[in-house]
Parts: sequence; C-alpha cells; structure tokens
Amino acid sequence: MVSPILELKDINKSFGHVHANKNINLQIHKGTIHGIIGENGAGKSTLMSIVFGLYQADSGTIKISGKEIKLKSPRDSILSGIGMVHQHFMLVENFSVLENIILGFEGELVFGKNLEKAKEDLKNLCDTYKLNIDLESTISDLSVGFRQRVEILKSLYRGAEILILDEPTGVLTPQEVDELFKILRSLKEEGKTIVLITHKLNEIMDLTSEVSVMRQGEMVGHKKTESTNKEDLAEMMVGRSVLLRINKSVTKPGNSVFSVRDLVVKDDLDVTRVKNVNLDIHEGEILGLAGVTGNGQTELLEALSGIRKIESGEIKLFNETISNKNNFFDPKRLKEKGLAHVPEDRQRMGLVTDFKAHENLIFGYHHQEPFSKSSILKEKEILSFSKKVMEEYDVRPRSPNLITSNFSGGNQQKIILSRELNENPKVLLVGQPTRGVDIGAIEFIHQRLIDMRDKGAAILLVSVELEEVLSLSDRIVVMFDGNIVGEKINKDVTDRELGLLMAGVA
Amino acid sequence: MTTTVDKSKVPWWVANLIVPLVNLLLALLVSGLFIFIAGENPFQAVRLIIYGSFGYIEGFAYTLYYTTNFVFTGLAFAVAFHCRLFNIGGEGQAYIGGLGVFLVAINFSFLPVPVVWLLATAGAVVFGAAWAYIPAYLQAKRGSHVVITTIMFNFIASSLMVFLLVDVIRDFKQMGPHTVALPKELWLPTFKELAHLFGLKIRYSPLNLSFLIAIAASFFVWFLIWKTKWGYEMRAVGHNTKAAIYAGISPHKNIIIAMLISGGLAGMLGINEILGVHHKIVAGFPAGYGFTGIAVALMGRNHPVGIFPAAFLFGILYQGGSEVTFDMPNITRYMFVAVQGVIILFSGALENLFRPQIESFFVNRINKEEMA
Repeated sequence: MVSPILELKDINKSFGHVHANKNINLQIHKGTIHGIIGENGAGKSTLMSIVFGLYQADSGTIKISGKEIKLKSPRDSILSGIGMVHQHFMLVENFSVLENIILGFEGELVFGKNLEKAKEDLKNLCDTYKLNIDLESTISDLSVGFRQRVEILKSLYRGAEILILDEPTGVLTPQEVDELFKILRSLKEEGKTIVLITHKLNEIMDLTSEVSVMRQGEMVGHKKTESTNKEDLAEMMVGRSVLLRINKSVTKPGNSVFSVRDLVVKDDLDVTRVKNVNLDIHEGEILGLAGVTGNGQTELLEALSGIRKIESGEIKLFNETISNKNNFFDPKRLKEKGLAHVPEDRQRMGLVTDFKAHENLIFGYHHQEPFSKSSILKEKEILSFSKKVMEEYDVRPRSPNLITSNFSGGNQQKIILSRELNENPKVLLVGQPTRGVDIGAIEFIHQRLIDMRDKGAAILLVSVELEEVLSLSDRIVVMFDGNIVGEKINKDVTDRELGLLMAGVA
Repeated sequence: MTTTVDKSKVPWWVANLIVPLVNLLLALLVSGLFIFIAGENPFQAVRLIIYGSFGYIEGFAYTLYYTTNFVFTGLAFAVAFHCRLFNIGGEGQAYIGGLGVFLVAINFSFLPVPVVWLLATAGAVVFGAAWAYIPAYLQAKRGSHVVITTIMFNFIASSLMVFLLVDVIRDFKQMGPHTVALPKELWLPTFKELAHLFGLKIRYSPLNLSFLIAIAASFFVWFLIWKTKWGYEMRAVGHNTKAAIYAGISPHKNIIIAMLISGGLAGMLGINEILGVHHKIVAGFPAGYGFTGIAVALMGRNHPVGIFPAAFLFGILYQGGSEVTFDMPNITRYMFVAVQGVIILFSGALENLFRPQIESFFVNRINKEEMA
C-alpha cells in the first residue's frame, strides 16, 4: 500500500493549561482534497501550524511520504513541500506580485537572470492552474480573491506538494469562491494534495473526498465525504444537533427610525465610494445589505456610525440630523442616542487586541457608570460585569484578565457582541457578524439578533455571506458600485436573483 | 523565523527579571572589555562602582539624587509612549520647566515657603507641559511627527535659555550664564539637613526632598495609566487608533493630553535641580537627563515599577562612574557614556536577543517537571 503523503501520529500540543491538540492522528493521501472541520478553538489551526512548522508539537511524529521528519520552522516545511495559505494574507501591499513571490528567494544580489527565470516559471504555473494573475500588478490594487491566488502561486512556486488553506473562503464573494474551487480542483487533477481547513459544511460537501472532524482539541472522526452529510458532520463538530436554518417569526416593522437621504461618502483616498444612497430602517426589522466586498458597504457603515464624515446628503436618527455636510455626531454621542455598532473588522476596529478582555468589554462605554466615576475606573464593577456577560454570551475561556488576542476569532466576536448588545440599543449596525465564526456560535449570534429585532430594535445587517442575509433579514437591499441597485422583500427572493444584482448584471 | 516559545508558559519572573538581568550582565561584560582595553582592571572598576554608589553615605545619597532625575524623565517618556508617542523632547521640556520653577519662586517669594514650593512645582509642570504642547498640537492637528518636532524643540529650548541667561535674566553682577540665587529659605530641605536632625554629621550631597516627589510622581503615573479613564483612553489610542475612533475616543485630544502630562513630568526635573540643588538656573542644567530618561523608560518597560529600578541603576552608573574616573586615570567620563550606551543597546535595542533561548530553557524545564 502507498504510504500517505502526510501522516500525523499522536500529536500533542498545550498552551498553558489549554490542551489544544490531544493525541491527534491523521492520514492524508496524495492527490486528494482533505477537509478538516471543527468549531473555532477546536484546534484545527494549531494542528496545521504544527505541520507548517510555526509551532512544535509537545510530542508525536510527523511523516511525509512515509519518512519521519522534524519541522522546526516554516522553512523546513517549505523545503519538505508544504505550503500554507493563511487566513490573513502575508503579502507586502506596495510590492508587485512578482516581488512578493520571490521575497526571500531572490537568489541574486542584482536582479537579472534569476528574475527572468522566475518570471518564466511563474507564467507557466499560472497557465497550468489557470490562475490568471498579472505578475506586474501591485498587491494593493488586487481584490481579496486575487491576493489569495497570489498566496497560492507563492506556495506552488516554492515547490509545495501539499497545500494547506486556512478558512480560504471567509473573505470571498460567492463568485470568487467558485473561482477558487475551480483552481483547487485543477490543482488536485495535477496531483497536488490539498488540506482545507474550514467550518463551512457546504464547502466540505462540494470539494473534498475525505473529511476529518475536530472538537475541543481531539480528532472525533474521519469520514469519506460521499458517505456522510451536513447534518451528521455538524453534529460531530458541535457534539449536539444544531439548527442550520434559523426559526424566525414574521413581525410587522414599525416607524422608520434611521433614515439616509442622498448620501455621498468618500474614502481616505478621496474616491467616492457611496453614491447617492437612500435607506430607511424601521423599528423591529432586520434590513440586510448584500453586496460584494468593496462596493461601498464599509464606507456606508462608517458614515452611519459616525466614524466617517460625509460629502453630502443627510442622515437622521429618530428625526434628528446626526450627519450632514457640515457636522456630524461622533460615535460617543450616537451611543448616547441608542445606536450600537458591531464593526466589520473586529481586530482592527472593534477591539484593542492588546487589551485584556474586560477592558474590551467596556470599550466605548468605559466613561459611563458603573464602569467609571469621576474619571476613575471602577475595577470591581468592571470585572463583575465582565464575568456576567462572558457567562451570558458563553465567551471561552471565561477569563476577563486574559489578553484579547489570545481568544479565538469567534470568542473575540462574542466579546464585541456582548458589549454592543448589552445596552439594548434601539438601532444596531452590524457588519459581518459571523465572519470567521464557528457554527455553534453563528447559531447563537443569529438568535441574539432575532431577539433584538423582536424587542423592537432597528437592525442593519451588512454581510457578504448571502446565506446569512437571506436567513436573517426581513428586507434586503443590494449595493453595487456605491449605489443601492435593488430592494427585495426577503420571502420573495432567491439567492440567484441577489447574486445577479450583486454582480451588477440585473 | 526563529523558534516560537509558548508565551503563556513563560513565568513572569523569567520575562521580567531574568531576561533583563541577563541583558544587563552582557552589557557589563562588554563594558568590562572596554575597560580592559583601556588598560584598567574591570573587576577593580566594578568594585569602585559599588563602593562609589553604596559604600559611604554621601555616595549613596548622590546615587539617589541621580535616581530622582531619571525617575522624572523616565516617567515623562513612558506616559507619552503609552499613547505611542515618542517624546524625545524631555531635555527641552525639563529646561523650560526649570525656567518655570525659577520664575515662580523668585516672583512669589513673599508668600509662605510651602506655598511657594507648591506654586513652583506647578510652574515646573505648566512650563514643561507648555513646551510639549506645540509639538503635541502639530502632531494631533497637522500630523507632524512628534519625534522630529520634539528634537527641534530641544534645540529651540536650549537656544532660548542661552539667550535668556545671557541677555535677560542673568545675574549681571557675575560673569557666568546663570541667574541670581533664590532666597535661602526657599531651598528644598536636603538629606544632609535631615541627617543632622538625627545627629548624623555628613558632608554635602545634593539629595533633597525632590526624591519623595519622584516617588509620588511614580504612584501618580501608575494610577493615571491603569486606574483612570484618561489612561485607558490614551492606551486605546496608542494600541489601536482606528478602534479608538470607533469607540468615540478622540485621538487628537488624547495625543495632546499625553504630551502635556509627559512634558509636565519632564519639567519636574527643574524642582530637583533648581529648588533642590543649584538654587538658580545654570546654563545646560538638564545635562542629558532628558535623553537618558528614554533609556530608563524603555528598560523599565514603561511601567513605574520598572522605571524606578532602572532609574536607580542609572543612578549607580552615574555616581559609581564618577568614582571610577576619579580613581582610574585611563577611564574618562566619556567611557561611562559609552557604558551607558552599551546598557541601552543590550536592554533596549537588543532586548530580545537572547529572550527566546532563555524563555525556552525555562519552559522546557517546566515541561520536564510536569512530565515527571
């Protein structure tokens, strides 16, 4: 029998008291797409970081094509034919594609022969796998989907036989996901081996031939994809049965409480990103804003939440002008008016990742009682509040003194949600609430949003996950190139229709 | 990429005590080499440093006097740094702070002495803060980098003070560039006087009441940064400006507040130097304390609990160093500037040189113990 291209035996890894990987065994066969699923914090990323040489296992062995190897650094792994595409891309933004790929492997002091050869090789790779990348373009000009391809190309150029992709679709549009899957399939055809880390069951069913499920640091099962289904996998992941579709009652929306008229917003580079947008959000409704990333949703959300100044138009909250050409309410004043905001980018905007969890749990509310009095922080009150909400929102681990960056993505998101929802806001702006969040937590977060709606809150949901928009919203608008290009009542719309609107076709 | 150490397993005393101590030892080793090359016995030099800074009461008092200055300037740098502002203008802010002390003290000398002291302290803080305000404003509103502007403001402060000391507030009965002396009753009580009260006869040392003010300032900074809303907001701006804006925290406001407090603390150097030691403004009295304060803060990891011992260490070096230059003809004052430089190099710039090795050594030991 052919030995597996990658074999892990009894891998153990602990961080402090957390046993992130317990006696993990895994066999991956050449020329397959192998899925690894599990909730956030299940230990998938840790395991793959061990394979990629970022961490060393406390015990256990790794074999590549039957030969035991020691992986002490990513360099060892690269030399052993392992490539990894991280969730957050490791690219120099103001370098060209070519410069990024040869970075660290230039092989000559003055660019010349090697560079030409590299160009040639890369062109061939692009053709073989239909990557369709212009080597001269600058990374900052590329969309997220293309940046990901650059990462894949980089790994291939460095001789990767096994390609590990960590949550590759988290940042992609449905169309980009299709493109990526095409590329992955063609890689498989050419005999490459792909390890796909994800928590999205659709992707597993679509793409993989085998799947391994992790839960709380343990490998709980290996399955042939064809002999399993989504419900079974979800149950294995979570350890209980989960609702994949949310139960939601139909409600009658009330008055418009948040209204946007003729809004024009520019970004930091003075490019007009929001062009003449009109919107109304009513009490007791979730308005879904669908759209491909980069069509102005980010700037719209920032304008609505008082972070960004607007060019022209008017935004009204409870019939009071909160933003026009001349002045705008800052986020602090908007909070006092009952507006809460869960930002799209939790690490760069929603949290100070170097702060302790309890410091982030009061972020933006720190100046209010009971958290501070006469400008002095009330530590006891803050900690008891933190313990309470961490319990309520099931933030794990429940350690208010842990530095926030040590929490998993899903738990970081819960920290933001518990902070923003705790005050029972009347208007809630939510950007990508479940990006990079695991199934169990998604169910929980969705339920919270529905509860808020039922209590009468007006909610704007901005999400690139079409499924999320469809399952939560009462009404859906689609944004394309800075304009609202369509408005639909949720029950009368299909994802195909929305997809066309998002692509600017319809 | 180097080996990654599981940070959560590193005991706090390894990260915060062992690593700095190893760095310090390395620095001393290299410094010893300098001294050896200069033709003196390094062990003898170490003995002299220890004797000079601890061996007799006046020497120890000198050490604490230097410590006082480094605490003020170290704290000043640390406060700004928590807002990610690299305030290297401590030198100039201290200079102008001294001007504030003197002008207030001489103009209000008719008031009761403790009141004058309080007002002069306020003068130090206000003048130091005012000097930091302009770079702060330029950073907050115009985006001019505070590193550049504070450097330039050091030169401006220096030139301004020379102008004032030569043409405006000089003691015109004397030749030197300094002012008249403050009335004697305004001089801060010294350690020598305190010792006399207890029947201990000692010779002169510059240590004075300011040392206690420095301790109080350390508590103030600790409280400000970790226990108040202002400190919280400054740290938020420092760590993640975008998130701060999102949370309704104004970066502009906090940049200015942090720089004002920083400048005020630097200005307090003037209390020690003017009210405590010289009793008049002498040209160039900040003597580089402002710059050394940067190293003190970095070595003390910008926390008062670290800054105090770091300031003490530099106090030992200053005082012990002068003892060495006195006894060892081949070692000049500049040699000790070099030694300071080596310490800054190892505990600042090369801080993480051996950290991974040291930490993984201890982590491996802990792992083995757990296995057993």
